[in-house]
Amino acid sequence: MLVELKVNGQTVTVDASPSTLLVQALREHLQLTGTHVGCDTAQCGACTVIVNGDAVKSCNVLLQQVAGAEVVTIEGLAAPDGTMHPMQTAFQECHALQCGFCTSGMVMSAVDLIAKNPNPTAAEIRDGLEGNLCRCTGYQNIVKAVQKAAAAH
Amino acid sequence: MHAFEYQKPVALADAIAAIQAGGQAIAGGQTLIASLKQRLAQPETLVDLAAIPEMQGIKINGDSLWIGAMTRHQTVAGDATVRARLPGLAALAGGIGDRQVRARGTIGGSVANNDPAACYPSALLALDATVHTTARDLPASEFFQGFFTTALEPDELVTGVSFPLPRASAYAKFKQPASRFATVGVFVAQFDRGVRVAITGAGSGVFRHAGLEAALSANFSPEAVDDVVIAPDDLSADIHATPAYRAALIAVQTKRAVTQALA
Repeated sequence: MLVELKVNGQTVTVDASPSTLLVQALREHLQLTGTHVGCDTAQCGACTVIVNGDAVKSCNVLLQQVAGAEVVTIEGLAAPDGTMHPMQTAFQECHALQCGFCTSGMVMSAVDLIAKNPNPTAAEIRDGLEGNLCRCTGYQNIVKAVQKAAAAH
Repeated sequence: MHAFEYQKPVALADAIAAIQAGGQAIAGGQTLIASLKQRLAQPETLVDLAAIPEMQGIKINGDSLWIGAMTRHQTVAGDATVRARLPGLAALAGGIGDRQVRARGTIGGSVANNDPAACYPSALLALDATVHTTARDLPASEFFQGFFTTALEPDELVTGVSFPLPRASAYAKFKQPASRFATVGVFVAQFDRGVRVAITGAGSGVFRHAGLEAALSANFSPEAVDDVVIAPDDLSADIHATPAYRAALIAVQTKRAVTQALA
């Protein structure tokens, strides 16, 4: 089944079976492996990408459901010249990652959060990132990074 | 996941025909996709309801609020009309799952699934809502029939829900932190004719509590809950809470809901 959608600004066509998950299309068909599969049960948020302006868990969305949509993944954040997105810079500067496995989902979720709430309190950040788990439990610096990115926004 | 065909009809009649032919409806998919992965559901055809205009939107119809079945939780939570006219429902929707789940999950999907720990069924039952389907209109009290069971026929779809507008309402959830479903959730609705209290998460399905309703109808205050006996009989037991603990939580969450409703 052919599905057309826009990924990181480019129109792509994916030939995949109807049971293909969005995360499978991204990783296995489009080789965009920055989006991770953590739990595959929509709990950990490592697979978070932005679809039509909303952060969603791409392991819990079928590719078919987002036909025609605009998808942004972690690969789509940096500028074409390689300059990182302010959220990526803030994560680096605040050391908001340890093993890094949750980071791409955490960054995408945080980008979506700031887009909808440009000046969140620490409590709002913790609440807003509830759907993203960091099993290194590095939450303190993640909250700092989101605050820093919001201030730079 | 087993292989399946996928359809996304635009016309409601086409969706009904596809369901009558044995298709499985998919709303937001936040429960169904996990069930497909576990092969708890093995449909031959999935019928996506996302493009059907009759299932979209939020509007006031006289003295009730209509919400289309495919309205997502984040939309209900942020909608100006819901926040102004039924803030208890907006707050409930804003507390379901997490932000990513709220961006996909729908009221119709939640209602049709009738998970015994889901939030929405308590709002429908407490507010005496009407569930609109492709075949009929049903009061919530008849629609919900216990553990993942509803009055829906196999070829019937939920199209929307109408909520009578109460004088005040609020929802208080003690959430299970991993699943974010309700260990106990209580929705309290105050109408001119009396108070209705519906409880989710505590039993095999959503239910009302006559003792709490009588006490709160006589005196709509948190203190009124103190004199109500909440029996642990028939309440759920699992690794998260005993029946006695759930009974205690019902009292606490009812008080919190009343306090919010009065604020």
